Amino acid sequence: MNRACLAALLSHWHWNPLQLFAFLAGLALATALWSGVQAINAEARASYDAAAATLGEGQFDQIVPGAGDRIAQADFVALRRAGWLVSPVIEGRVGDVRVLGFDPLSSPAGFGVGQGDPGAFLAEGQLFANAETAAALEVDLPVVVDPGIAPGIAVGDIGVVQRLLGREDLSRLLVQPVQPMERPVLSDLAPGLRLQAANQTADVGELTGSFHLNLTAFGLLSFAVGLFIVYSTIGLAFEQRRGVVRTLRALGVALPRLVVLMLVEVLVLALIGAGLGVVLGYVVAAALLPDVAVTLRGLYGAEVAGTLQFRVSWWGSGLAIAVLGALAAAGARLWQIARMPLLASARPRAWAMTSGRVQNVQGALALLLLAVAAVLTLAGQGLVAGFALLGCFLIGAALALPLVVRPVLERAERGATTPVARWFWADTRQQLPGLSLALMALLLAISANIGVATMVSSFRLTFVSFLDQRLAPELYVEAASAEEAAAIESGMAAAGADVLPLLAIETQVAGQPARLFGVRVGPTYRESWVFLDQVLDAWNEVAAGQAVVTNEQLARRAGLWVGDSVSVAPDVTLPIAAVVADYGNPRGQVIVGEDLFRNLHPEVSPRQFGLRTDDPGALRDVLRTELGVAESALIDQRALKAFSLEVFERTFTVTAALNVLTLAVAGFAMLMSLLTLADLRVPQLAPVWALGLTRRRIGQLELLRTVVFAVVTCLFALPVGLGLAWVLLAIINVEAFGWRLPMFLFPADYARLGVYAVLAAIAAAAWPAWRLMRTPPNALLKVFAHER
Amino acid sequence: MSVRTIVFVLIWPFAAFAQGFAGLGTDAEGFAVPQPDPQFDFPADHGPHPDYRIEWWYLTANLEGPDGTPYGLQWTLFRSALAPGEDEGWQSPQVWFAHAAVTTPEAHFATERFARGGVGMAGVEASPFRAWIDEWAMEGPDFDTLSLRAQGPDFAYVMEMRAEGPLVFQGEGGFSVKSAEGQASYYYSQPFYRIEGTLVLPEGPVEVTGAAWLDREWSSQPLSENQSGWDWFSLSFDSGDKLMGFQLRQRDGTRYSASTWIGADGATVAYPDGAFVAEPVAESAVAGRDVPTRWRVRLPDQGVDAEVEALNPQSWMPLTIPYWEGPVTVSGSHAGVGYLEMTGYE
Amino acid sequence: MTDAVLRLEGVEKAFASVDGPVPVLRGVSLELRAGETLALTGESGSGKSTLLHIAGGLEAADAGVVRVAGHDLVAMSDAARAAVRARDVAVVFQQFNLIPSLRVEDNIAFQARLAGRVDQGLIDRLVDRLGLAGQMRKYPEALSGGQQQRVAIARAIAARPRVLLADEPTGNLDEGTAAEVLEALLALVAETGAGLLLVTHSPAIAARMDRRLHLSAGRVA
Repeated sequence: MNRACLAALLSHWHWNPLQLFAFLAGLALATALWSGVQAINAEARASYDAAAATLGEGQFDQIVPGAGDRIAQADFVALRRAGWLVSPVIEGRVGDVRVLGFDPLSSPAGFGVGQGDPGAFLAEGQLFANAETAAALEVDLPVVVDPGIAPGIAVGDIGVVQRLLGREDLSRLLVQPVQPMERPVLSDLAPGLRLQAANQTADVGELTGSFHLNLTAFGLLSFAVGLFIVYSTIGLAFEQRRGVVRTLRALGVALPRLVVLMLVEVLVLALIGAGLGVVLGYVVAAALLPDVAVTLRGLYGAEVAGTLQFRVSWWGSGLAIAVLGALAAAGARLWQIARMPLLASARPRAWAMTSGRVQNVQGALALLLLAVAAVLTLAGQGLVAGFALLGCFLIGAALALPLVVRPVLERAERGATTPVARWFWADTRQQLPGLSLALMALLLAISANIGVATMVSSFRLTFVSFLDQRLAPELYVEAASAEEAAAIESGMAAAGADVLPLLAIETQVAGQPARLFGVRVGPTYRESWVFLDQVLDAWNEVAAGQAVVTNEQLARRAGLWVGDSVSVAPDVTLPIAAVVADYGNPRGQVIVGEDLFRNLHPEVSPRQFGLRTDDPGALRDVLRTELGVAESALIDQRALKAFSLEVFERTFTVTAALNVLTLAVAGFAMLMSLLTLADLRVPQLAPVWALGLTRRRIGQLELLRTVVFAVVTCLFALPVGLGLAWVLLAIINVEAFGWRLPMFLFPADYARLGVYAVLAAIAAAAWPAWRLMRTPPNALLKVFAHER
Repeated sequence: MSVRTIVFVLIWPFAAFAQGFAGLGTDAEGFAVPQPDPQFDFPADHGPHPDYRIEWWYLTANLEGPDGTPYGLQWTLFRSALAPGEDEGWQSPQVWFAHAAVTTPEAHFATERFARGGVGMAGVEASPFRAWIDEWAMEGPDFDTLSLRAQGPDFAYVMEMRAEGPLVFQGEGGFSVKSAEGQASYYYSQPFYRIEGTLVLPEGPVEVTGAAWLDREWSSQPLSENQSGWDWFSLSFDSGDKLMGFQLRQRDGTRYSASTWIGADGATVAYPDGAFVAEPVAESAVAGRDVPTRWRVRLPDQGVDAEVEALNPQSWMPLTIPYWEGPVTVSGSHAGVGYLEMTGYE
Repeated sequence: MTDAVLRLEGVEKAFASVDGPVPVLRGVSLELRAGETLALTGESGSGKSTLLHIAGGLEAADAGVVRVAGHDLVAMSDAARAAVRARDVAVVFQQFNLIPSLRVEDNIAFQARLAGRVDQGLIDRLVDRLGLAGQMRKYPEALSGGQQQRVAIARAIAARPRVLLADEPTGNLDEGTAAEVLEALLALVAETGAGLLLVTHSPAIAARMDRRLHLSAGRVA
């Protein structure tokens, strides 16, 4: 009996392959984008975890040098002998690879994952790295490939790495979480060292959290759009099967059995669609991951593996959310069928016609969501509130779309003079409920495109001018030693270059990790730096050691602004003279005058210099031939700018790709809605045809109708998209990155986007319209015939 | 599997077998091997022997508080060589680790340390004697006069010790055979320490006095592959006599035992396999397994037929390689106290 | 013959099927004059509806002559036929005549507007005669079947067609309603002078027409 019933139910799909396709493809697309994004996130998180485990960052308290970046090994032994359970770490670079040495015997549990054969780790002089890193590592030691090691890092025994780096000291000490009963105070034992609590170190996971939240939001948006397709397909299929259901019930199949069978049917179809989606998702993620990796490295210095693994966390969640989504979409229809009287009309209603009551509810919901968005704008705090605002605003706008479009169509109908035009507008208005889901999907896609395009382009404009300000020196040079630094400073001054030494030290400001810079205030700074806000004479005060400049990140996170005071050393508290924009850097910075810095940190000597010159080429030659500076220690300003811009472009490649995909899914939603509605359209169009409109003309009008919808949706999407851009720039960015960007408008981009959207809509409508034009008169006439 | 486990495995092979790493380090390639008829050279032999694979300075003490409460204490420093010899700095192949524990009738505290040789984190010097790892130390002007300290997150102790008898050589003049196949170690003891000092427990400090027993052993030969664990007894009778006896449990159910009877004056009688018999009488559930915590111990030749019972059956050492070690009381033909170590109980 | 608003000569039509073409009309000829009413009767499948569709330009004949108000439909393009349909012919089907998206008033005026000859006086009279005055602002789905057919008839007449084609216009209605609708139809046809070709299987309705034509197996009997 079950088999017979199921066969009867499933035969529907056989006769309506398009619906089946829409169902599966919709679900597959939704799942693909969602699980693809999740796959990227999972891969990145796995890399962070590997890095955290390898580097111990954020996991353990650390002992770090009060100044500089070296700890004497004798200090480490003295700490151990006094009862401090600390473990040595040495860090350095070989080429582009970060080489990390540690002592596996004393290191805390959970640190230094993946050393392959642990016996060999101590006994033999070798390094361990993943395949990618191992290939890039140029050392005379054997490198053992271990996929568990974070990308970009090679690990080895502390002794091996000390020899490799030619050092006899250490970089930092990890503090075991459990310590013995009694220990002397650190400052008595080693006054030059500083204890840094675990939560104070920059946690890559936290820094990149916003980026991943961003991706997740996009994934969810795509998923919602895909679910629109599924929802409308299921709705139509179930409506069309009322007859079958009635017949089966009349033949004695119990209602609960029918409902269960239909549930099973939806479940099986959902699993197939979602399974396809997971495979597609893998493809999407694998294609995007390299760009994501570059973004994360460039923006946060976080290393992410370039290859994707099939993790249950993302494909499992992809399957689950897709199946749940499909069941939710089917739930309402099953409920209707469960409540349908046995002898109810088997003829499908024009199911898409929404009643006035539903419209009112929708309107009320839209208003409510927009009101919540308004409240969040005024009173929200934090990134999650920012995204909640985004969600309320977008969904509210989407729900409001039919309510906005309807009056427009009504006005057009009233203004129409010819009977065909009048009919066209009236009919367009009647199509609105049936297409509103697809239109909402289109609205979301277009608004997201407008919003993100505005953000990216605004960011780009700002970023380029920022680079021009901040990278004023034509040449940068990094000294290998204090002696070389002194030689460079005097040699360059002699060569006629304007030398700008940069003094820097890691410190804590206003409870946050920050870099303290000492700069030689001169025309370069005075002329090229543009402050977000400043007091009069800001640079003079900084030069005099009476004020500081902070970057925007630090100011916003600490809730400080120009005029407030910050403590830059235990007994030095200075007012903030200016706040400077600092894009592309997640960390806080405080800038003081060179003299003040040298007073505060006499042990720090400048290692980096900016050089102002009219002839960088000549200066380069002097540096290399006369001062013996290594080529690798010289950085050209132009190369640096190009690199920064590249990082920037890659950052938004992913976003752009997701944008395009979202628009494509929306176009697909439109196509599917139109196709599934096409059957219902025949009885609506037959009288018009009988009254003297050719099928060709009707088909053209159908196409035009879609264009009208697309245009109206685009027009509505413009303010929504700009609102979205504003939220992204003024709220999300501030919460996620700590900087606020000015918003610029790009009308040409919007126009182009509008054209794309209309083209997408035309593409979506072309086939249904073409099919309509080819409908044989017979099929139209059947509408009127007795047999029906 | 951590590096620590590997290091540990080298020193206690049956633990390794029990953990399933059979075959690791079963050859003594490159390491010196103990030979019969040893000629010891003191104080130099109190110091490390880096050409041998494994070595330990193993101290246990039975203590008593002012109110008569019995306590136990353990301080052990292990040396495990990845390769024979010594080298500078981190290149040293010597790895050190240590265990410290305090046992009360109600509680058992244990902790461990690991360190690399060559950089000063740990080591042993013969004269003046100094054995240390981190802040833990056993040191003094000579081997007979030592101070001892160690601490963990929840306990600490500081002790003074003075030897009141001679060194005792186990087996054949310090050559201790461990299996029928001939695996052996150099093994001598100083079982005559008087000890006093302060235990720091979570409840507060306790002044204690008692007797301590120090074992010195080094070898390069892991035990036989068919041995799954050992039961090791060091018993001090009220008569002043002492008994060291151990049995190595073999997978076929048989045992290989060895023992030394130590007279109150330090005179020794070594017994071959089979003379010393230890049979479990009662087990306790400890750390999720059953461990014998009451034994019948016999050495018929000395008229010993005694019952040995754990002071605290929960004297479990939950360390990188877990085992049982704690103070015991002796009753029956002889009365006294002692220490029991049991390894390889799954 | 000049006053014939509809003339069919030797019309043939076959439909494709898996077993090859199935002839439906095998050389049918008929003539309808202005103001004349003609009943077309016959068994189910005798080809009456197909004949009516061909006469209305809704389908094309395979062979023969189809002249509506002097235009030869056979020689015409789809678009031209549609124009004739809009200007000179009005069709009332058994059901689903109305455009669901337009109000009753717009439905009634629709074809007249398409033909470019809106006669508001005529429409008002039609509405009055058909008792539709209260329904003008409604959408078709809000009307009963009888009301919908009245609207369809009003729309057909309002366009002042030369030929009015009706395919079982009362087939879906109960007896009383059917009689009323038929009376109104006949009266209005008489008033406007259009020729009426009415397909029916009801002898009683056929008896109300000026002439009757019986179709059997695609031929006029």
